[in-house]
This record gives sequence, structure tokens and C-alpha cells, in this order.
Amino acid sequence: MSAQERRKKRLDRSVKVRSEGLYSLSSWREMAYLLAPRLLLIGGLLAAPFVLDLYWQKVLCAAGIIAVLAMGFDFLAAYVGLVCLGGAMFIGFGGYAAGLLNAKLGLPPVLTIPLAAVIGACLSTVILMPCLRLRGVYFAIVTFMLPLFATHIIIALELFGSTEGITGLDILANHWWEQYVIVISLLAALFGLRRLVTEDVGLIMMGIKDNDQAVLAAGISIFRYRVLAVFIAALAGCFVGAYQAHLYGWLGLSLFAMDFSILPIAATVMGGMGTLSGPVIGALILTPLSEALRGFGQLRVVLYCLILLLFILYKPEGLMNYLERKYHQFERWEKV
Amino acid sequence: MAGDILLEVTELSKSFGGVHAVVNVGFTLSRGDVLGVIGPNGAGKTTLINLLTGFVKPDRGRVIYKNRDITGAAPNKIANLGLARTFQAMRPYHSLPAYKNLILPLNSPRIKKAAHGKLGDRDSVAIDILEEIGFERDARVPYKLAGSLPLGYQKKLELARCIALKPEIILCDEVFSGLSMAEITSMVPLLEKMVMQGVTLIMVEHRLRELFRVANRVLVMNFGCKIAEGPPLETMARDDVKAAYLGGGGSK
Ligand SMILES: Nc1ncnc2c1ncn2[C@@H]1O[C@H](COP(=O)(O)OP(=O)(O)OP(=O)(O)O)[C@@H](O)[C@H]1O
Ligand SMILES: [Mg+2]
Repeated sequence: MSAQERRKKRLDRSVKVRSEGLYSLSSWREMAYLLAPRLLLIGGLLAAPFVLDLYWQKVLCAAGIIAVLAMGFDFLAAYVGLVCLGGAMFIGFGGYAAGLLNAKLGLPPVLTIPLAAVIGACLSTVILMPCLRLRGVYFAIVTFMLPLFATHIIIALELFGSTEGITGLDILANHWWEQYVIVISLLAALFGLRRLVTEDVGLIMMGIKDNDQAVLAAGISIFRYRVLAVFIAALAGCFVGAYQAHLYGWLGLSLFAMDFSILPIAATVMGGMGTLSGPVIGALILTPLSEALRGFGQLRVVLYCLILLLFILYKPEGLMNYLERKYHQFERWEKV
Repeated sequence: MAGDILLEVTELSKSFGGVHAVVNVGFTLSRGDVLGVIGPNGAGKTTLINLLTGFVKPDRGRVIYKNRDITGAAPNKIANLGLARTFQAMRPYHSLPAYKNLILPLNSPRIKKAAHGKLGDRDSVAIDILEEIGFERDARVPYKLAGSLPLGYQKKLELARCIALKPEIILCDEVFSGLSMAEITSMVPLLEKMVMQGVTLIMVEHRLRELFRVANRVLVMNFGCKIAEGPPLETMARDDVKAAYLGGGGSK
């Protein structure tokens, strides 16, 4: 049969149709159908520390950091319309804040990580506030420049150990803590954000992205909601930044590395924009992949770019949207 | 109540580059008025609404609302003071049910303040408003996706978004255009009911016959200037108004 004579017919599974609206589920089977993918992700992440060896456990921690940043990027880009390349800034601010609180004031990681998350998020939000009126690419450029700016200030003024950084920070108690802190904060961020975007606040933010005039006409300040959104993303980013400082017991300029701005975007493109869970999947694939390809030296970057390019060209919807469709729909070929 | 002055507009002007979109327009609006704003295409009617609601900043002139200068204030501030508007080009949340489209106004500071912070079940408030404006609850119309609704319902949804703000003045930009006679006939009583409830209306319209069923005054614009103002039929009988409509190109 040639391609012209048949086409793929797609039908939503009935449970999907019913569970989207105001209707309810009628059996355990259907409940299981809806919960299975979520439980797979949660269970997989919680079980991972038991199956991985020490080396891959570190990779899991690194992947978790990228995953949280990627979710923040996705949230801002897909739900608020702000393309934020500030991952490096969040990691940097969070990491330096936590490191300094630890080194100078002697606070333990249980305190420095949450404190640094809040301090870093406030700082990022205040710095980005004047830029929130910028649209599209201008906001992206500013957020991309700020980490560079911060690096050069630290070098020029010889602040915080300058190029050497500060070593000997407290590290987390043991490798269980290391992993479960990141795994649990990742899951909390994922389900928290997914909840948020379906609440009224999320709808308003989406309105700002789609049709800001209607939001203004409804008497709602666009600026306030943008500030709130940036604060939320920065809070998550600075939290993992602070975590990273205590993971390696070290703070330094590489906390402001461009990787933290770029990898989350790659993970989001791969996983699927606007899904929030997609970027997590993307990060959990890309970070280990780039570790596995370490043996290839520079060729690793080529392969890496190739994968991204192929996704952008052939599966721009991303993995998550693709899998979701496959899961929720029957497909069959039918004659035309 | 009725009769006191709500809105006082003096010498409002705006030009875009060399285009004089609105030139020295002034009028007053009393509570309970229904003011029709008419004129040929490009006369500056939409720009006038944008100026009054803060979406465009005037070059000159004053807008006084309830003895308060709102000239050039931010659009969301003006909306919170009670001036709601519809858009000529509607863009509802296509992928959300109709009632979810009222989430925005129901979350505005104006409504939150009126409810003293207790909002209760916003979804059911939204559905009540939609039912009032003719979305049959029994036929589950409020639950349908906004993008799938016929144009008549989408225009009503646009009005519902204004009503949800509990405004004092609603500025409608061509709510009748594109609608069938039957759809307009179902819309007119809604507007009349809003006026009965004390809402003041400014209606930009091209559909004059239907407009005159609700409007008690019209303001005629041409090339950005106000050329006439008064009771509908008398004003339309004036020679300069007829000339503007005949010479102004292509309007009904
Ligand atoms: N944002 C803008 N930038 C530049 N020119 C504008 C802008 N808005 C309106 N104009 C111009 O101002 C003039 C008046 O436009 P306006 O939209 O107010 O007319 P209108 O009376 O609403 O017309 P219509 O009946 O077609 O809706 C037009 O010449 C238009 O091109
Ligand atoms: Mg217009």
C-alpha cells in the first residue's frame, strides 16, 4: 500500500478524554493508567541511588541540578513568555551565597541551602526587575550577560577568593543525603510547578504570554506576575546552586559557567517545551550521555550538537509530547 | 445617581508619526448614558478607546473620571477604577473552557477588594456570569472550549470579561460587527439590561440601525476630529454628517 492511499488515524483513549474535563474515573484500572507514568518517574528517581555505583551517583546529582534549571527555563519560556538564559546566574548567586554563609558565618548546610536560595532569588529578581519590560530576545541577552558581568566583578575586585574561589566548605553528610536532597527537590519542583501552572496564577501568566492586552484590560499588573514568575524560577535555580556548592565543598567562578545556561535549554528542547516533565527527562538523558561520551574527547561535543540538531529538525515537539501522544492515543492505518 | 458626570474628556489628541488619529476630541459622559461613537473606517474610534483606557498615551488633552485625572495612567490601573473595554480583535484562551476565560478579571485587585479577599468558588461565579449573558448552562455551553464557540458567543464572552470586572463604564469596540441579525437581536437586550443595572456604555459601531436601538447619544468622528454630537436621529440628519459618511469611503 503506498503512502497516498493510507493515513494514520489517531484517536484519544476514552480515559484521557474523560479525565481532562470535569468528568471522573470509573475504575482502578483507569486510575492506574493515569498514575503509571508518574509513578514510574517518581519510583525510578527514588530507587536510583540504590542501583547506581558511586560514579553514576555523582552524575545523577549533576543531572538533577540541570533538570531543576531546565524546569525553571521551561516554566519561564513556555508559561510566562520570558526566555531566560540566566541559569548560570542562579547557580552562581545560590552557590556563592551558600558558600559565604558557610565559610564566613559557619552556618551548616541545612541552613545555608534554604537561606542562599532565598537570598539568591531576591538578588536575581531585583537585578532582573528593570529588564522585565524588555521583550523577547532582549531579556534573553541581558540574562546571558549577567553571569559574565558577575564573574568579571569578582575577578576585578578580588572578591570571595577571586579566581581561586573558596575551598573546604562543609559537604553533605553522606552520599544518601547528596542524592536524596536533589531527587526530592527535583520532584517537589516538578509537581509544584505543574500544579502552579494549572492554578489561576498559572493561567494569568499564560495570558501574559499569549495576550498581554487582555490581561491589562482585566486590571491585572503584568509586571507583578512577571516578578513573581522570575522569583519562583530563581528560587529553584539558586537552591540547586547552593546545593552544588555543598556537593563539592567548593565555590568558585565555574559556578557562573555558561554550561548552566545552555544545558537546560538543550534538555528542554529535547524533552519538549511546555511540559515541565520533558526538561527533566531531557536532563536525565543528556547529562549522563555527555558523561558516557567523555571518552570521545572533543568528538563528544560534536555528537552532542548533532543530537540536538536532529531533535530541533525532526522532533521539535520533544520527547515528552511525543511519548504522551503515543500513550494516550490509539493509532491505526486506515485507507483513504 | 443618574445624570451625574462620570467622564469628562477635553481636547484629546494623538498622532502616530504623521497620522493624526485623534484630534482635539472632547465630550462628557453622564451616568446611565449610552454614547455611540461612529465614523468611517480609520476615523480614529479605536484610538479614542485606547486613549481613554490607557492603552495609548495621549499627546495632549485630559481624561477626568469621577473627578480624578486618569490621563495616561496604566491600563490595568484604569481597568481597576472601573473602565472595562472589549477588543475589536478578540483573542480568548482558545484551548480553555469558556468559563476559565473569566479567571483574569475575577483575579483583578478590583474584584478581590470588592470581595474583601474572600473569593469563594471563582469557577461558579464565572459560570453564573456566563449564564446571565446567555451561555445556556443546560447545554453545557460555558464548558465548551472558547476557540470552538461561534462568533456570537465569542463576542458575548468578550462582554462577559468586562462584566466580571463589575465596571462603571464599558467601552465596546464593534461588538456587533460580524454577527448575524439573529445574534445581534439576542445581544441588544443584554446591553439594555446592563444599562438598566446602572452601567454606562460607550459603543463604537458601524451597524447604525442596531446601535440606535440602545444609544441615546452619538458622537461622529471623521479624520480624527469630532464633527458632530447629539441625539442619534437628529445628528444623522445633519448635512456634514451625511457628507462624511458618503465621502468618507465604504461604510454602511
Ligand atoms: N498603533 C498605531 N500605530 C500607527 N498608526 C495607528 C495606530 N493605531 C491606529 N493608527 C492609525 O490611526 C488611524 C485611526 O485608526 P483607528 O483604528 O482608531 O480607526 P477606527 O476608526 O477604529 O477604524 P475602523 O472602523 O476600521 O476600526 C488610522 O489611520 C490608523 O492607521
Ligand atoms: Mg476600530
